[in-house]
Amino acid sequence: MTDTMTMTEQEILDQITSEVAGNRAFLYLKGTPEMPRCGFSNQVVQILNHVGVEYGSRDILADPRIRQVLSGWSDWPTIPQLFVDGKLVGGCDIVTEMFQEGELQQLLGTEAPSSR
Amino acid sequence: MADLTELTTMIEAALPGARAELVDQGGGDHLAATVVAPQFAGLTRLEQHKLVYAAVQSRFDDGSIHALALRTRAPEAA
Repeated sequence: MTDTMTMTEQEILDQITSEVAGNRAFLYLKGTPEMPRCGFSNQVVQILNHVGVEYGSRDILADPRIRQVLSGWSDWPTIPQLFVDGKLVGGCDIVTEMFQEGELQQLLGTEAPSSR
Repeated sequence: MADLTELTTMIEAALPGARAELVDQGGGDHLAATVVAPQFAGLTRLEQHKLVYAAVQSRFDDGSIHALALRTRAPEAA
């Protein structure tokens, strides 16, 4: 985890694009996967842990500019934001719905639930 | 305080042929909506949600909505 406090906004943006490009799955959240600090972030962490996928993450509370730069770049206003294969999948609502439908497991290539 | 009837109309006007159902999840500004719209066919959930948020953005901006939980889907193929 790189400290962003000494970075310019351009450097923060470069870091975000490199994190998203360099990780199969990457989660921007409030808090950390070990200690989420918002119910919506926690719910996505629980789902990712349940699905059993490895993912990178960044705590957007560490520096208020991260959220500002991230949302400007991704065109999505809320946190958490889950990226898979370089693309924004969505926040808590979308991740939850995709998990319930088995679509998240398919996207991540983990075992899908038995056919309904 | 959000006007559920007005919001339903705003969503259905922005997405002709759509059916929107809104419920108050508490306090009058935390809402949940289920939206079924033909425009959603072939879009990702993210794109579907963006269309709905865009339709009611002005009610976020003026503070009458704080949160809108969404479930979206395209109608079943006929």
